[in-house]
Amino acid sequence: MYKSIVLVKQVPDTANISGKVMKDDGTVNRAMLPAIFNYEDRVALEFALQVKQKYGGKVIAITMGPPRAADILRECLYMGADQTYAISDRKFAGADTLATSYVLSEAIKKIGDYDFVFAGRQAIDGDTAQVGPQTAEKLNIPQVTYAEEILDIKDGKIKIRKKIDGGFEIVQCKFPCLITVLKGAAEPRPFQAKRIMAYKGAKTLMELEKMVEENSLLYPDKLVHEYEERNLFIPTLTADDLAVDSERCGIKGSPTKVHKVESVVLAGGNQENIPPTKDGIGSLIDRLLEDRIF
Amino acid sequence: MHNNEVWVFIEQRNGKPADVSFELLSKGRKLADSMKGQLKAIVIGHEAKGIAKETFKYGANEAVLVDHPDLKLFRTMPYSRIMNELIKKHTPRIVLFGATVYGRDLAPRVASNTKSGLTADCTDLKISDVKYLGKDYPQLLLQIRPAFGGNIVATIITPDVPVQMATVREGVMEMHPVEKPHKEKITEVPYNPIDIDGLLEIIEQQREESKVNLKAAPIIVAGGYGLGSKENFKLLHDLAHVIGGEVAGSRAAVDAGFVTSERQVGQTGVTVRPKLYIAVGISGAIQHRAGMQEAKKIIAINTDPDAPIFDICHYGIVGDAAQVIPMFIETYKNKLK
Repeated sequence: MYKSIVLVKQVPDTANISGKVMKDDGTVNRAMLPAIFNYEDRVALEFALQVKQKYGGKVIAITMGPPRAADILRECLYMGADQTYAISDRKFAGADTLATSYVLSEAIKKIGDYDFVFAGRQAIDGDTAQVGPQTAEKLNIPQVTYAEEILDIKDGKIKIRKKIDGGFEIVQCKFPCLITVLKGAAEPRPFQAKRIMAYKGAKTLMELEKMVEENSLLYPDKLVHEYEERNLFIPTLTADDLAVDSERCGIKGSPTKVHKVESVVLAGGNQENIPPTKDGIGSLIDRLLEDRIF
Repeated sequence: MHNNEVWVFIEQRNGKPADVSFELLSKGRKLADSMKGQLKAIVIGHEAKGIAKETFKYGANEAVLVDHPDLKLFRTMPYSRIMNELIKKHTPRIVLFGATVYGRDLAPRVASNTKSGLTADCTDLKISDVKYLGKDYPQLLLQIRPAFGGNIVATIITPDVPVQMATVREGVMEMHPVEKPHKEKITEVPYNPIDIDGLLEIIEQQREESKVNLKAAPIIVAGGYGLGSKENFKLLHDLAHVIGGEVAGSRAAVDAGFVTSERQVGQTGVTVRPKLYIAVGISGAIQHRAGMQEAKKIIAINTDPDAPIFDICHYGIVGDAAQVIPMFIETYKNKLK
């Protein structure tokens, strides 16, 4: 029986965007970007669910993000997570990887008593691969990054095949430990129809408060209680709940600052159009031969 | 007052130094010069004195050597602990790591421990005086990288922390041996194992020297997602075969499974500077351009006349690769007859 905590993130879908995403003033128009479940984090959740299937235990998914990030917590429930937490507070906004890892590590400590922390290797919005190791450091536990396969778990040790440059390693690590997972490592299971039916109504406190407001309901506490009873309440952990040092959260706790952002300006100007014909390509090849490129 | 030291973590694999570490020393030399500071190479390993000596060729003023049988192979825990202790003791101004699997495992751990700012996969590094939020910061490290899907280039600074850290991919910086190396100064620092260092053991390690060497290829034929299928990618292999080049791909092509990741060109792949780069079906996102824009000649082939790749190429061909490439091959063969 093992308890796994999975770190998941909602990210803008940066893979499928065009120039339209830039506003005239050079800033990013986030509204243009659909928010998606970071794929490698789904793979990490799949790893945790496989551990549970094989050895028993519990899978808890957590995300730090704005209120709408609750979407991916519901998706975690659809895949098979036993429990989820939203880690959300205005104080957390604008966090870089260091401030993020601080809050996540405090949330993990609060949940406590875990064997494994799983996370995707990196998120597609920053591609930094930093939050996993930074969190492990703050928890003072060992880490295995770039995991490709869990080979075995026994006697308090997990055996993992991991990628290294030009090859792989098989490592054995005492746990608790943190493991970051590569995208090819496993195929995330699809959402299960039964679980979608069961959990599509799961809500965070903020979502319930919104419902109360929109529907002029009189008894918000009763509503929360009702959701809790039906196992549809997604608890939120705030800065106060975690008793974190607000100087180390969000933008305040982030040493990296964006000094300048430039829209990409292309050099341009010196390109020459070659018609896609035999003559066009022939003369291009002649010139490359002349320039001793070939 | 800062000491203006620039440190480079020297990565070694089976006793051989990684190219990226020497590339970073070359860059580090320039950064240290512009701050009138010292460049130090941090070498951790076993029987690694030879590697420490090599660092002087690339401009190091001093090599710090931590040598112990337990440190033969890279493991996060002892390596990060050693770095943390060294950094806390000496407070260098800048620490650079290769953005390799090991470097990306180690650097965040060290940044987390020392509460330093860390920017991943920088494509350029510069020293500059900066005014930020009304305050003057002399000689900050500008950490430049594409961001947000490549629509923007961001300059990141870490103004209020003593240690500025960055990772850089292999091939992004150029390796330059210096004309007059400094006199060798190797400072050995002892390693004292503690329990947490032993929590992870390496049972097996397998590494194959990559057969693909894009960095050394004079001609590269690269394909993107626009090619649409693995079958169309075969055209690139045909062309590369005929003109004597290597095949490469954009990240999107790698993600789509058209080509293997060791052949990926761009910010998160390899940076190349060939004589000729032929980009086929590649739109030209900045992450890709970061890895190829210094090619001597660039030919772009794309069906979309508005693709950004046309703005940086020398020769642009608007057309379908399935027609243009066979035409190219045939014409080339005829010319050389």
